[in-house]
Amino acid sequence: MERIEEKLKILADAAKYDVSCSSSGSKRKNNGSIGDASFSGICHSYTEDGRCVSLLKILLTNHCIYDCAFCVSRKSNDVRRAAFTVQEVVDLTMNFYRRNYIEGLFLSSGIFKNADYTMERLLRIVKKLRTEERYNGYIHLKTIPGASGELIQDAGLYVDRMSINLEIPTEEGLKMVAPEKDHASVRKPLAFVQNQISNFKSESKLIKHKPLFVPAGQSTQMVVGATPESDLEILKVADDFYQNYKLKRVYYSGYIPISSDNNLLPAIGTRPPLIRENRLYQADWLMRFYDFKVDEIVHESKHQLDLEIDPKLAWALRHPELFPIDINTANFRTIIRIPGIGRQSAMKIIKARQFGRLHEYQLRKMGIAYNRAQYFITCADSIINIGHTSMDWVRAQILQQSKASQKYLPQQQLSLFV
Amino acid sequence: MIQYIYDGSFGGFLCCVFECFERREFDVQLITEKVFAPDFFALSKTIVSDKAKAKRVLDGLTKSLDASRAKDFFRVFLSEDPIAIQNALGLIIQIFQKKENILENYGEEKALYFSQTLKKVGRERHRMKAFIRFEKSSNGMFFAVIAPDFNVLPLIIDFFTKRYTDQTWLIYDEKRHYGILYDKTGISEIEISELDANAIIPSNEVVVLDLEEQKYQQLWKSYFKSTNIEARKNMKLHLRHVPKRYWRYLTEKK
Repeated sequence: MERIEEKLKILADAAKYDVSCSSSGSKRKNNGSIGDASFSGICHSYTEDGRCVSLLKILLTNHCIYDCAFCVSRKSNDVRRAAFTVQEVVDLTMNFYRRNYIEGLFLSSGIFKNADYTMERLLRIVKKLRTEERYNGYIHLKTIPGASGELIQDAGLYVDRMSINLEIPTEEGLKMVAPEKDHASVRKPLAFVQNQISNFKSESKLIKHKPLFVPAGQSTQMVVGATPESDLEILKVADDFYQNYKLKRVYYSGYIPISSDNNLLPAIGTRPPLIRENRLYQADWLMRFYDFKVDEIVHESKHQLDLEIDPKLAWALRHPELFPIDINTANFRTIIRIPGIGRQSAMKIIKARQFGRLHEYQLRKMGIAYNRAQYFITCADSIINIGHTSMDWVRAQILQQSKASQKYLPQQQLSLFV
Repeated sequence: MIQYIYDGSFGGFLCCVFECFERREFDVQLITEKVFAPDFFALSKTIVSDKAKAKRVLDGLTKSLDASRAKDFFRVFLSEDPIAIQNALGLIIQIFQKKENILENYGEEKALYFSQTLKKVGRERHRMKAFIRFEKSSNGMFFAVIAPDFNVLPLIIDFFTKRYTDQTWLIYDEKRHYGILYDKTGISEIEISELDANAIIPSNEVVVLDLEEQKYQQLWKSYFKSTNIEARKNMKLHLRHVPKRYWRYLTEKK
């Protein structure tokens, strides 16, 4: 096997735990050479685990001076090490892009020597791609915590998105598994870049040909299930980052055990908390696109999301007083809160009802999950119910219908239903 | 009921609309020349494609709706679904007669079918943006072979032209026997006979590949493998995203 293939294997393998996969949100345009960032982003392939492949996601190196317990590349781990040269990363990116394998590059790195030394190398790669190869495709760069402001500032002029991982949702959790790290070293550069983004935005109103600065914004990632934080804590942290640093995305990564030499972490063989991770993404979606507040999503008395049902349904079941909602009169904001109806169907309903009151058979055809929504709506031909439907009964009905999703639940919980 | 027989092109379709209004015949069944079998008892009329007539209909649509909504009829037409095309005719007639945007009347069967077809074509278009894999030949041309469910090649030309301005490329639809060639200055449509088409499909090894082509295909395959997380394996989800019918065109799945 060629050395380059071996490096690619090692450094793709080490980068795959970074879950950010987005290639959207940039407005970078082709200037007559190569590359054009698609605003909506494109997933070019999907791995066998079902995650999308839109970017060539690699580490520059998996050598690292740190020893974070949750990380495959930690200093004390016995793995094969490799490092790409600047030219190798450029060649791979260009050749993959020209064949339409990828939407762009996602470049991260272990930290060798020190933060600035590593950051300086990452900067050389993105600069080379933009200026020598005249490449206008997407670039997502991981900022190295602790790197100097000038380097971060400079990199921001060449990349589309930047991110730094929070790793563990809370400071206390992080200290348990990575004593050398802290949340401040993540907050500081995120705030710095956010500040620059808004500066560039206000200047661009005065200057005609404005340079782009991190046009696709910033994101971060938290590992879920390695340390004991509750879903409420996790979502509060996410909300804080959305509010204060205007992040485009917060990613949640269900912890996959990679080592047995740390007894603070789940042991090897423990299944990654996939359902929990999925529920967190659903909750995150509700915050970003459905106008839900954290305390509406997670019940203060419970602190955990319900694993059996999605958070929107769980919210609706806790609020029988708000239902049923009349499809033919309710506004958009109210309709999207109905379980089984998403934003697109809600928009269709609003448009369609201008032509006449909607009936059940029409709703069924329009693509809403009627089996789920039926308990929460009335339409033109609904039978009027006397008295309240018990939400416990509704929950049982819906669960019975969605048996398919049950088999993915952890065993001990399944036993409650048999 | 009268049958209109047209050449199967979008222009021909628009001329059928023109004919409907000219002859005040609104109960029309559209049939393409290819599938037409004369029926002794049915009334039929052959519609000759005429650019000027087609343009008048398209301009009328753009005026009644807007440019992008008018283009939706082209997109739906590319589905090659006779029911969708027949429905589209009915919708255009209604739009011209009633002067309202009935395309948003999702509670009504025709409008709903229209929007659903539009969505399907849109999805196939998006997939072709994602799943096209170019191979570099020894003369520096990047070529790709596809066989999309719908005739979406016309909808992705703009995307690839913007993206690959500095390389020559060819995308060939082997199901519909035509392709688009970009030569760094502009695009042209090419038709290739089945015999020649076999020649550009690399498995036949008639095309000479660039010396580095195999290397990058191999690197991409091994990247694809390394980026998978075994502990999260979910083939059902994988297959939903990458249906098997696309596999023979995907470097990483070959």
